[in-house]
Amino acid sequence: MGLFSKKNTEAFKTPLLKENPVTVQVLGICSALAVTNKLEPAIVMGLSVTVIIAMANVIISLIRNTIPNRIRIIVQLVVVAALVTLVSEILKAFVYDVSVQLSVYIGLIITNCILMGRLEAFAMQNKPWPSFLDGIGSGLGYAMILIVVAIFRELLGSGTLLGMQVVPDFLYAAGYKNNGLMLMAPAAFFIIACIIWFQRSKDKNLQEK
Amino acid sequence: MNIHDAIDSKRIMSLVVIALMPALLFGMYNIGLQNAIAAGPAAVESTGWFSMFLYGLLVMLPKIAVSYIVGLGIEFTVAQWKKEEIHEGFLVSGILIPMIVPVGCPLWIIAIATAFAVIFAKEVFGGTGMNIVNVALIARAFIFFAYPSVISGESVWVSTESVLGLGNEIDGYTCATALSQLSGAGVDSVVGACPAYELTTADMLIGTMPGSIGETSVIAIALGGLLLLFTGVASWKIMVSVFVGGIAMSLFFDATLPESNNMAHVPFWQHLILGGFCFGAVFMATDPVTSARTEKGKYIYGFGIGAMAILIRVLNPGYPEGMMLAILLMNVVAPFIDYCVVQRNVKARAKRVTKKN
Repeated sequence: MGLFSKKNTEAFKTPLLKENPVTVQVLGICSALAVTNKLEPAIVMGLSVTVIIAMANVIISLIRNTIPNRIRIIVQLVVVAALVTLVSEILKAFVYDVSVQLSVYIGLIITNCILMGRLEAFAMQNKPWPSFLDGIGSGLGYAMILIVVAIFRELLGSGTLLGMQVVPDFLYAAGYKNNGLMLMAPAAFFIIACIIWFQRSKDKNLQEK
Repeated sequence: MNIHDAIDSKRIMSLVVIALMPALLFGMYNIGLQNAIAAGPAAVESTGWFSMFLYGLLVMLPKIAVSYIVGLGIEFTVAQWKKEEIHEGFLVSGILIPMIVPVGCPLWIIAIATAFAVIFAKEVFGGTGMNIVNVALIARAFIFFAYPSVISGESVWVSTESVLGLGNEIDGYTCATALSQLSGAGVDSVVGACPAYELTTADMLIGTMPGSIGETSVIAIALGGLLLLFTGVASWKIMVSVFVGGIAMSLFFDATLPESNNMAHVPFWQHLILGGFCFGAVFMATDPVTSARTEKGKYIYGFGIGAMAILIRVLNPGYPEGMMLAILLMNVVAPFIDYCVVQRNVKARAKRVTKKN
């Protein structure tokens, strides 16, 4: 089986759009609401989750045949917890400000349903390489939605992107105002709902009869 | 509106719009009056009531136009898209939205709020008659949370620009609504908090005070309310129980809370005639689509609105006005109230049947 056989690329591509963890499986909504009012923490969060899922998927896949079935959840949690702690420490060391903004949400990646879902559904049954691709795909699918939501929220709510002012001053002078609702969690609900709406109207397979 | 009964919804809507007219016309006059008061005693003397009204009309018309154009535009587009008949559902919401915002609310914000409300509170639920919360109030809530600076504070309640030569150009005039003055300072300081402005009970009843455009005049609202009651469009049970709930809650707070909470010690009748309490009770709470439908449920629903409005006013210093949030909350709870009432009835009858045998 080739490295990029059809099956392997499918493992990578499916969770990006067709089985997107946020918009199709509706998992990881909690953090998608909490960290998306600015773009920078959303990107960091998305990448952290991607790295953690990919590595956890590989590790669990490597030891999948030796994990006793009755304690597999505990084993998965230990692996994820170790990786989350690692990522959390790295963030504190290199991007301290962002890690302060993300506060508990990095630690809470351990409870992110996307992770446990991929470990249970994919890594326990598949070889390391497809598991890695699946993890990267799921993580990027999650990160993509976070970034889209964060772009809308930061642009409309603060008039900036990555902290740089985007909305020109003359608009403010003409009476334009930032939308305060965008900085609150409900705004993420509305934006995610719109993305789901858009995706379902395009993808015939997702339409419920 | 009214998918649940056979009365022609067009006629009901027209009646509600007619019932809103006294409050709307008075609101226009009040815009002119507040502008003149802001300009000073000389301006009040020299401006006739008709030119005050005309000024208010000119200020108000663009807001009404924007609300209708945006709202109906979306309704028509959706109707075309879904190949459905066009409903007259936006007729009432379109006039309500400009009446429940301050005069200083910019047109583009009204446009965005209207679009948001029509799409997210109405069309996604299936359009006219299917919404679970009041569309006009969602528009107001959107402005309230997204652009708090244009719907609260001190500088948006009085129009300070002249239009087509009418009215006065005023710089830096600020005047908060009676409610936010009360919540900020204390019962006595309503008087004279704004320059050249003194609030009497007559002002509160007639409505010659700053506030959202349609909400200030108790008398004008009462006229519309009477029309709604006589024609049977609005439920008297809801209306009465809103007031009962408000009175009960304000008496309760007056008796229990310490002196330091100013809002708690506003006399209960002042609670009812200030802010949007009357307007909400008469025109919003009674909306047949979003209110409770069972007869017993209507009492609970109304009482909940009145009590919750005072609760928010008194206990949350950030929100001097609680009527909007109270109605939205009870809108959401209304189906549950109906469910409980129906289930209780089912149980009672089942018991009666088994007893007989």
